[in-house]
Amino acid sequence: MAMLHTVNKSPFEKNSLDSCMRLAKAGSSVLLIEDGVVAAMKGTKHSNAVADAMTDVSFYVLGPDLKARGLSENNVVDGIKVVDYSGFVDLATEHESVQAWL
Amino acid sequence: MEDGDQVIKKFMYMNRKSPYGTIYALESLEVVLIAAAFDQDVSLVFADDGVYQLMKGQNTEEIGMKNFSPTYSALGDYDIKKIYIEKESLEERGLSLDDLQDLKYEDEDDDWAEKDSIHLVSREELAEVIDQQDVVFSF
Repeated sequence: MAMLHTVNKSPFEKNSLDSCMRLAKAGSSVLLIEDGVVAAMKGTKHSNAVADAMTDVSFYVLGPDLKARGLSENNVVDGIKVVDYSGFVDLATEHESVQAWL
Repeated sequence: MEDGDQVIKKFMYMNRKSPYGTIYALESLEVVLIAAAFDQDVSLVFADDGVYQLMKGQNTEEIGMKNFSPTYSALGDYDIKKIYIEKESLEERGLSLDDLQDLKYEDEDDDWAEKDSIHLVSREELAEVIDQQDVVFSF
């Protein structure tokens, strides 16, 4: 079983996502929440780094946090799965442990 | 600058954070609306993640927080008509002005014609506008 990493900071403001992607092991998962959801969007200066990281780490983004910010679920980087709160709970239970990158 | 007995100063509110994740965006809006009562020369800047504050179609139902984004459209009624958006900040985020709310004011000197409050400025132009201020509040 692998680890679930949550990231709640914008990659434009903090390097939490960078550190997470640098240290997450292959087979683990990253869930973008709160201000972290902007990292899921296509066409930003961080989109390529996220797409590259997805070769060995699964990416998820919390839908309610996208909606709150007026960001469209249809415009997330290809391969990122949008989940709701129960999906968040499922991810937490399916993984061995949860690491929050603040 | 003097206007009768009253001193008018140039106040700028610098918004650089995404809404909802922190309280900065809402607090800035509250302060701006309060300060609007003092008839000063007010400018708002949205740069860096601050540009996300003006995104269209915000729906906060599922995160259980108040959606304060409709309030920005009332700024014109408070005589706040200088809103600067940094172009480079939009570009880095794959956004354009079309993704943001269209903010207007009615010009009392021009038969109440509706005019754009939003000014898209380059980083260089924004630096000039900041340089002209008497006071800059950072959020």
